[in-house]
Amino acid sequence: MVTIRIIPCLDVKEGKVVKGVHFENLKIAGDPVENASFYCKEGADELVFLDISATVEGRKTMVEVVKKVAEVVFIPFTVGGGISSINDIETLLSNGADKISINTSAVKTPQLIKEGAKKFGSQCIVVAIDAKRIGDKKWEVYIESGKKKTGLDVIEWAKRVEELGAGEILLTSIDKDGTQDGYDIELTREVSENVKIPVIASGGAGKLEHLYEAVVYGKASAVLLASLLHFRILTIPQIKKYLFEKGLDVRL
Amino acid sequence: MVGIIKYGSGNIFSVISAVKYIGKKTILIDKPETIDKVNFIILPGVGNFGAGIEFLRKMELYEAIIDKVNNGIPFLGICLGFQFLFEWSEEGNRKGFAIFKGEVLRFKNKKLKVPHMGWNRVEFIKESNLFNDIMNNSYFYFAHSYYAKTPQRDIIFGETNYGINFPSIIINKNIVGVQFHPEKSGKDGLVFIKNFLEGKWLQ
Repeated sequence: MVTIRIIPCLDVKEGKVVKGVHFENLKIAGDPVENASFYCKEGADELVFLDISATVEGRKTMVEVVKKVAEVVFIPFTVGGGISSINDIETLLSNGADKISINTSAVKTPQLIKEGAKKFGSQCIVVAIDAKRIGDKKWEVYIESGKKKTGLDVIEWAKRVEELGAGEILLTSIDKDGTQDGYDIELTREVSENVKIPVIASGGAGKLEHLYEAVVYGKASAVLLASLLHFRILTIPQIKKYLFEKGLDVRL
Repeated sequence: MVGIIKYGSGNIFSVISAVKYIGKKTILIDKPETIDKVNFIILPGVGNFGAGIEFLRKMELYEAIIDKVNNGIPFLGICLGFQFLFEWSEEGNRKGFAIFKGEVLRFKNKKLKVPHMGWNRVEFIKESNLFNDIMNNSYFYFAHSYYAKTPQRDIIFGETNYGINFPSIIINKNIVGVQFHPEKSGKDGLVFIKNFLEGKWLQ
């Protein structure tokens, strides 16, 4: 059976990884290839690069980053941040990205999901949803890095993106992000049970139990982790050993 | 020289990178003439079945590939490139190369997520030199919503379970097809591609 995926997320700004792996053996702290290779060796199942560049130049550099990573890292990786056209998607995929993740542009132009899936296949279109709780079992979709509300209901939007052809949902709880007190399990489960496509849980992980909960109670197919891994609070082998001992399928 | 078929659009860069990493030279095939320059053909998997077949026809590669394969060139079809080998696909309701009997169907298990996305085990059910230095039941990376179903049991060398058992590796004479992405399956994937290009499995 398919295993639970552990996915490190790396923020890239103007071609350099920011807040990357804090590990003294890492030669060049901000080098995307070094960071990617490090996690690949540790047993990461996939990688996500989030481009947080503020400039057009920075965006162009991202394509070079993608290329360099794809030359030496042979596990799947997703690129997100600032993608707003079919052309953007094509540039990233043809330079070695396996999937692209869209968030704001998906809300603004849902057709992008449909066209992207038709042209490149559903498996490479990830829609990222940033969710904020607004009531009992109710969440609202936020865009522009969680700054702007959309009035969209998260569950309805999740169903819609699936219909449009998204192959996966990367679901982040804005309320839980950075708290380290656990994922929004209810949110994750509600979304996962309402769509057929895999859901990646993100936001709130602080300890091993949280990852187990996201999978078993939240029905997530994968978990996305950032600072917890970068600061070596948890390591991928440690996470996998724990989940394995709890009876989950992981790739050891 | 390893020929990699370029059709449609998507990530074929990773297949090229993997072959180069192993130390072999690659050439992109985007017209029928180029196909005569190569000793190995890799058909990567990008996009969907209907659009893919149309691209190959438009580029006049459809006949050229079938011709070459029938003439014995070592061929590796990856994911969609593997599914093309069969007679028909439910995706886009299109005919494939029909080199093997069988059809490509959508996963229909109500309890399981589709696409089948992530790392899953491949059980080697027959022996082959393609599996040298790879442990049986190793994990490979999958990303697909359709699987092949064939009555030709003899060509199935590897199987994977996702609600049902489906063929994840087929081998027949000069033809290899894999449902997973060896170029994205870490070390074992690279060893698989290396074994393919070394050609010992052909004897």
